Amino acid sequence: MFDQFGALPIDFALGAVVGWLALGIAALLLQSSRFVTRFVFPAGAFCSLVLAAAGLGALTEPSTALLPLGMPDLPFHLRLDALSGFFLVLLGGANIGISLFSSGYFRTMAAPGLSLLGFQYHVFAAAMALVLMADDAYMFMVAWEAMALSSYFLVTTDHHLPEVRRAGFLYLLMAHIGAIAILMCFGVMQGGHGDYTFETMRHAHLSPFWASITFLLALFGFGAKAGILPLHAWLPEAHPAAPSPVSAVMSGIMLKTAIYGMLRVMFDLLHADQWWWGVLVLTLGLLTALFGVIFAAVQVDMKRLLAYSSIENIGIILAGIGLALIFHHFGKETLSALALTAALYHALNHAFMKGLLFMGTGAVLHATGERRLGKLGGLIRHMPKLALLMLVGTLAVAGLPPLNGFVSEWLLLQAFLFSPGLEHSYINMLVPIASASVALISALAGYVMVKFYGVIFLGQPREESIAHAHDAGIWERIGMTWMALNCIALGVFPVFVILRLDFVTQFLVHRSLGVSAAKTGWLLLTPIQAERASYGPLVLLLCIVGGMLLTILVVKRFYHGRMRRSAPWDCGFPAQTPRMQDTAEGFGQPIRQIFEWLLGVVRQLPTPFDQHPHYHSETRDRIWDLLYVPIKRLNEVLSAQVGRLQQGRIHHYLLFSFLTLLALLAFVK
Amino acid sequence: MTVSAVFYQLFQNVLVLLAAPLLMGWIAQCRAWLQNRRGAGVLQPYRNLLKLFHKDAVLAHDASQLFLFTPYILFACMWLAAALVPVIATDMPLSSAVDVIALVGIFALARVFISLAAMDIGTAFGSLGARREMLVGFLAEPALLMVLFTASTISQSTSLITIVEVLAHKQFVLYPSLAFASVAFVMVLLAENARIPVDNPSTHLELTMIHEAMVLEYSARHLALVEWAGALKMLAYMTMGIALFVPWGIAATGKWHALPLAVALMLLKLAVGGAGLALLETLSAKMRIFRVPEFMGTAFLLAVLGLLTHFLLEA
Repeated sequence: MFDQFGALPIDFALGAVVGWLALGIAALLLQSSRFVTRFVFPAGAFCSLVLAAAGLGALTEPSTALLPLGMPDLPFHLRLDALSGFFLVLLGGANIGISLFSSGYFRTMAAPGLSLLGFQYHVFAAAMALVLMADDAYMFMVAWEAMALSSYFLVTTDHHLPEVRRAGFLYLLMAHIGAIAILMCFGVMQGGHGDYTFETMRHAHLSPFWASITFLLALFGFGAKAGILPLHAWLPEAHPAAPSPVSAVMSGIMLKTAIYGMLRVMFDLLHADQWWWGVLVLTLGLLTALFGVIFAAVQVDMKRLLAYSSIENIGIILAGIGLALIFHHFGKETLSALALTAALYHALNHAFMKGLLFMGTGAVLHATGERRLGKLGGLIRHMPKLALLMLVGTLAVAGLPPLNGFVSEWLLLQAFLFSPGLEHSYINMLVPIASASVALISALAGYVMVKFYGVIFLGQPREESIAHAHDAGIWERIGMTWMALNCIALGVFPVFVILRLDFVTQFLVHRSLGVSAAKTGWLLLTPIQAERASYGPLVLLLCIVGGMLLTILVVKRFYHGRMRRSAPWDCGFPAQTPRMQDTAEGFGQPIRQIFEWLLGVVRQLPTPFDQHPHYHSETRDRIWDLLYVPIKRLNEVLSAQVGRLQQGRIHHYLLFSFLTLLALLAFVK
Repeated sequence: MTVSAVFYQLFQNVLVLLAAPLLMGWIAQCRAWLQNRRGAGVLQPYRNLLKLFHKDAVLAHDASQLFLFTPYILFACMWLAAALVPVIATDMPLSSAVDVIALVGIFALARVFISLAAMDIGTAFGSLGARREMLVGFLAEPALLMVLFTASTISQSTSLITIVEVLAHKQFVLYPSLAFASVAFVMVLLAENARIPVDNPSTHLELTMIHEAMVLEYSARHLALVEWAGALKMLAYMTMGIALFVPWGIAATGKWHALPLAVALMLLKLAVGGAGLALLETLSAKMRIFRVPEFMGTAFLLAVLGLLTHFLLEA
């Protein structure tokens, strides 16, 4: 489709990136909030569209380019293959909605802050696109750092608040610890040739030991960005601190760049694979997902809840990748392709559904000024359009048919179920347990989403002030509608999506599902074989809608239809107040009770004699206390020891220099 | 898709719709007999439905569209679920679109909607019911999935038709994994259908109710649909149990003459199953709500054990 323009997909992708950068600079220079919201963001959405189209084109025809930028004799290598193409589609597709939403969302923001934000936002987007297109470690690291820095500044948009600065610092720290690991990973992979292009790394043959070191470094480095256990600590802090569209980009898209990095390193660049890699990734993924969903269930802040839910989804994606690695190792390439398809599908789904929900929390925040779930409630009556859009996102994240979240979970469960007897008996035992955890996680996700939606949108307003909430603006709704439509389309027409994903699995594990998926027509999704499993979401949707319409018609036809309104019945209890509803704490209480051993719960209960009874309950992340605090203490102790060297006397420092020189001489000798 | 397949499907659609209240009536009647009462007869649920359909609907002031549409969604989901499980014939077109995982997904969809509807009015009981329902659900759903997975790994398929065909037409083999699975399944059935010992369908005592607390605000036609949906759900679970554990006698593809026998056999199995359920309910006592997670956790573990047994023993 790009031939008629006489240009390759990569030219269009680069055009979109340049467009974003130009828009960002224009936003910075012009200092007009009207310009940013009315022109820069919609134009950014158009660039996203171009990028998504370029990514779609790149699935079939890979292309490379050389940019005469960077250091002398060290140009930037760019490459757009099926894997990059898929993630560009994800980035572009999700960013269309988020940019359109931003164009409405930021209208109340004043010019200096907004033009800076417009600049950072588009640099962030461009950096993510370049990460996906980089074909050498140098380019990759430059783009990766640009992405980390621009997102740091976006997170600290409200830098006058101390907790936002703290969250931003934590994020920056984790991003850089991760970046060091990634840098070292590339360092090992170039294998002493001094050539940092991915092309060389692809052909370098590492010994199993060094391959495993590379694998672990990549897992750590990209894991810190993706938020896998126990490197997730920044995620629930940074996502709520950022403005909602930025949270949407970070959660929906940026976390996926880490997934991209893992896939790139593990499948494309490394070849010598070990059986335990997949087991490690699978185990970590499931633990991350379980941890994320349990913590999401006990959150009382709507954006923190979504942040933990993102951790859960990353865990599910990781589980898919781990399973694919296991199958890949044992030579079951078709099943590997199936697990990989599930992971990629879930990544795509998550970009749209979590983007949608984060944007929705932004609209709620604008309308009510409240982020705490315990103060919200009943918004479905004041914001019916937003409530409908959010219902789609909620059902999608809860993994319910016929929406998109279900498709990827279905594929993942199929991959688990059809693991035939692998040669390794312990891994065989792992499969049923892992599939049971996936089932438990998706059921808990339902709990979390009922809590999320029910407490925000249903019931009675818990505070007087939010009774005057207004519905989201037209641009915000357009952006969210785009996301919601994608959630529905991805859920109802999975075969078309999988036919595209096949190019990616073909590229990564040299096998695809396409032929078997499309064999029985686009109506039925049949990975592997029709007798083994099939799923027709459109049929399911039509059955449910048809059954509903039929019931409504029959009831209307044979029923008098009289209806009157009255006070709620509630077992005849007259003195109802909104405070008698479940709060977020209340709704999460069973989960808190069941998983108390896992959560660090700090509770303060009133005694019967308190004049002013006060109930306080707080859930802490135990990993923070068990892992991060000791590291921080150790760091402090070490710094104190190092501090001893700094006496402030010049002759001491001269002595140190002299000793260093001697040591170096001895070393060189 | 043949004409006979469409016929079977439509036949089952109508049959489950009409038979579901009968099953509830039968269970209630058995319970009455076991408790030395005369009972209201097996037709009582139909009378109840008729009565409810004739009443004027009363709706809370603040009820939203979600609240109004939920009974229809619930009813459609449960009708679909009950129509999917192959019990009289294995030649059913809808079953290829919805496999066991999707079937569990449909139950989850219905559960999420009824829980959301319960929270909609904003009464204390509504959100209490929703919270408890989700508590039961988050353990029951994976347990059910594991039971179905055990059957799926035996038959190498998640398609309900293939599972039933493999289990029904194989020579009789005792699967230890299915034994675990069947115990887990009965526990899930009790919990999911709001029966004793998890929930009591015939009480409105605030401390114990789960399902009833959620539907307190519904009346007339909406309540009728919710109740009918509950009956359909019970039927779906019963037939699922039959399909998984005692599938013999199901009509094979294209055998018209086997149909009357298959229907009769299904009714017989349902009658026995219903009586057994009533007996179970009579013999056990309602649990405290915080015993329920233990109960459901046991079910989940048993189901996982079943699957593990299958992987260990290949049986």
